[in-house]
Amino acid sequence: MANTLKIKVNGRVHQVAASPNTPLLYVLRNELRLNGPRFGCGLAQCGSCSVLHDGKEIRACITPVAAVGKGAVTTLEGLPALWKAKSRTTAKTDDLHPVQQAWIEEQVPQCGYCQNGMMIKATELLNKVKRPTEDQIKSHMNTHLCRCGTYPRITKAIKRAATTMAKGA
Amino acid sequence: MLLSERTIDLLDDGKLDELIGGTEFPREKFLKGGGALVIGFSVVGSALAGSAKGASARTAVGPPNAALIDSWVAIHADNTATIAFGKIDITGAPTGLLMIAAEELDLTIQQVSWAPWNTDTSPNQGFTAGSNSISAGGPQVRQAAAEARAVLLGLAAKQLGIPTSKLRVRAGVVSNVDNEAQSVTYGALLGGKTFSAPNTGRAPLKPVSQYRLVGKSVKRKDTEAKVRGTHPYVHQLRLPGMLHGRVVRPRGQGPYSVADKVVAVDESSIKNIKGVKVLRRGDFIGVVSANEQDAIQAATQLKVTWSQSKTMPGNGNLWKHFRTVKTTDRFARNIGSIDGGIRSASRISEASYSISYQAHASFGPSCGVADVKSGKAEVWGASQAMYSSRASVAGLLGVPEATVLFHFAEGSGCYGRNLQDDAALAAALMSQLAGAPVRVQLTRDQEHGWDFYGPATLVDIRGAVDANGKIAAYDYVSYQQPWVFNEATDYHAGRPLSLGGFGGADIENAGSQYKITNHRVLGRSVPNDSQLPKVAYLRAPAAPQALFASEQMIDELAWAAQMDSVAFRKLNIENFRWLGVLEEAARLAGWEARVAGSAVGKGRVKKGRGIAIGGFASTFAGIVAEIAVDTVTGKIRVEHVYAAHDCGLIINPNMVGQQVEGCVVQGVSRALIEEVKFTKSRVTTLDWESYPILRYKDSPEITYTLLNRPELRSSGAGEPATAPVAAAIANAFFDATGKRIRTMPMTPARVRAVLKA
Repeated sequence: MANTLKIKVNGRVHQVAASPNTPLLYVLRNELRLNGPRFGCGLAQCGSCSVLHDGKEIRACITPVAAVGKGAVTTLEGLPALWKAKSRTTAKTDDLHPVQQAWIEEQVPQCGYCQNGMMIKATELLNKVKRPTEDQIKSHMNTHLCRCGTYPRITKAIKRAATTMAKGA
Repeated sequence: MLLSERTIDLLDDGKLDELIGGTEFPREKFLKGGGALVIGFSVVGSALAGSAKGASARTAVGPPNAALIDSWVAIHADNTATIAFGKIDITGAPTGLLMIAAEELDLTIQQVSWAPWNTDTSPNQGFTAGSNSISAGGPQVRQAAAEARAVLLGLAAKQLGIPTSKLRVRAGVVSNVDNEAQSVTYGALLGGKTFSAPNTGRAPLKPVSQYRLVGKSVKRKDTEAKVRGTHPYVHQLRLPGMLHGRVVRPRGQGPYSVADKVVAVDESSIKNIKGVKVLRRGDFIGVVSANEQDAIQAATQLKVTWSQSKTMPGNGNLWKHFRTVKTTDRFARNIGSIDGGIRSASRISEASYSISYQAHASFGPSCGVADVKSGKAEVWGASQAMYSSRASVAGLLGVPEATVLFHFAEGSGCYGRNLQDDAALAAALMSQLAGAPVRVQLTRDQEHGWDFYGPATLVDIRGAVDANGKIAAYDYVSYQQPWVFNEATDYHAGRPLSLGGFGGADIENAGSQYKITNHRVLGRSVPNDSQLPKVAYLRAPAAPQALFASEQMIDELAWAAQMDSVAFRKLNIENFRWLGVLEEAARLAGWEARVAGSAVGKGRVKKGRGIAIGGFASTFAGIVAEIAVDTVTGKIRVEHVYAAHDCGLIINPNMVGQQVEGCVVQGVSRALIEEVKFTKSRVTTLDWESYPILRYKDSPEITYTLLNRPELRSSGAGEPATAPVAAAIANAFFDATGKRIRTMPMTPARVRAVLKA
């Protein structure tokens, strides 16, 4: 069991106790106690476990922890720091990422269980496309499911976040 | 917050993070006033504003006495208040309950917070179901808050030497109306002390006209934690020494009432996985391990031979089965004379409609955590029925109810699924068997495959309309299984499964929106021991199914009378609230009067619009759907949904709006694609591929009006708007194509079949 696997999560390098084939999700939750990414299906179908890996959204439920390699993993908890690093604003470490802030302003979450993946996926989009069109948003977010039916508010929140980020970046 | 002695020990030792793995149960919720532990809502009649550290522990077993103010309201020295209620959070309603309490107490929303939920300290307000948190729970919270205010005003009057008639309250500051400087805060009056006063039920309530907070779109109190990832879902509760458990069951349920029997368990099949224990009681099998991944692996790999039943009809033969099996029949309504009405009518319409089983499909699989020790069991689950879950756990463990403490901890959206908290029961059983705390999380295939489905429904309707466009007769027959409530309890205890009551007809949505003098509604209860999947309550239980049939028939009658669908409904509606949602939905959609199906286009993609009205829990909803049908692929695209919603007095428009939007999206999903499939042996729709739900791209644009009726009591908002959605889409389909689609979900294959016929 003992191994020297190390992964970089939210700016810090962590030693991992789990075996290399353990899905990243269980390492994040059970070893690093990060509760943003959540188990939804274990099949990469729903997106509730999503994290960013070097800026790209991946499904932590099927990604073996060893596959993370030297890449930087960002979870929901790491979004504020990500924004602070990216923006030229004087955001405090604890200040929410514009995506998270927009989620509050638009009152997106109902049960909130899927929203980790939604915010991660939205962040991935806004890092690539500054002002996404409605079609771009729909198409990009289509890989993530929500059972409570928050899609319309997510679209509004992404547009709001895009505006904030355009000002702040 | 009262958790338990053990919890409190952990808190004292600063090991909160060990307990819950993060910051999720915010410390300030139970640490107030310089770190002194406020042990929440304690205990029958005693201080919740508890002052002394450690004054906590479990001195009495709940529910606390609802006839005491202290069971509902605690005032703290910092002029804030904690409100306890028994309605748990599945749709955000607790923020609404806090608004109601704050309004009555003249506090700001920032000054109030809710007490954590558990069976020692939460008032027993019954199940959180039927969209009743605000409608039934609200008045109780309002009254208790008014009682608290009355006591506080009495204390202020005494302290300030001013009669209560000369006092007013703003943000918990009681002052002399004539001299603002003469004032005292609630916190100074009672902070940390108890009311020690009865909840008389007679304290005057604030008139609605004076509301300052209720009616405003206050942000939900749980949003920020959900956005930060710190919200205390039951899934992230971690106890010291906790094992991870998984239940081992066949993939997908077989026929209800035929329990799966264990023929053989081959433990050698998992011998390569160290540290895993197989737990068994009767036909219940689980595995536990300190390592979650190992528990998952073992549950997948463990070789269990199950008895195999091949007695289900399979979903292809379901409707034939419904018609063949012996039903128990009961009239829900039987007025006038159907035959007489039909004789007097100018047109008659007759049709059958069928709606498949549908799943709650909770997004996060059910999860429960339990620590069962001798003489004391503590269980956490997302149950919508804490007190009933406590009783189930006690029965399962064979211990007195008073030794069980059940905590509600939020799960993922469940839409009725968590009236049966099987993960918590499994956790309790496995903790007892393992002698250690156990966390059980169901797998995705278990959540999909062992769900208590929304019942499949078969409806036959004969309708008739007279020469004046009035409904002359409406004869509605519905086939449905009874909903089961105790399956989870029975299964874990190894008892024969209860067969439920009567599978009745949804009287609220079977033509009752209209004034019909010759009206019959017959429920045919399909027995639960007739080799079918298990069914229970799914969001607006039975209403979408009933309306898919009943509101299509209304449209069929309008068409028979060659009338516009809105005009026909108006002519037959008496109740002003039905009329209100009908007219408002039509207005929003810019509805232009014409006979449905009279303007069928020529192209490949045909467009149409349809309307339906229906409700649930005394709330009224009107829906217009605009759709496009691709006649080649058979795909229905719902482009725009317009909704009108009347739930009486609105507590929080933003939150009602959230529910309306969610209801519409889920309603479209159920209307178009959701279908539980099963063979003769088992359910086979076990994930999001085999049981898809509506995707982002297919989500319609939604426009809605919330009709506020301050003069009418609040009714529920979590379910009603989903009820008429499928019917509106089906009516739009007829308008677009000139053909009726009478099977739900309206999948591309069914659409193609209807268009070909």
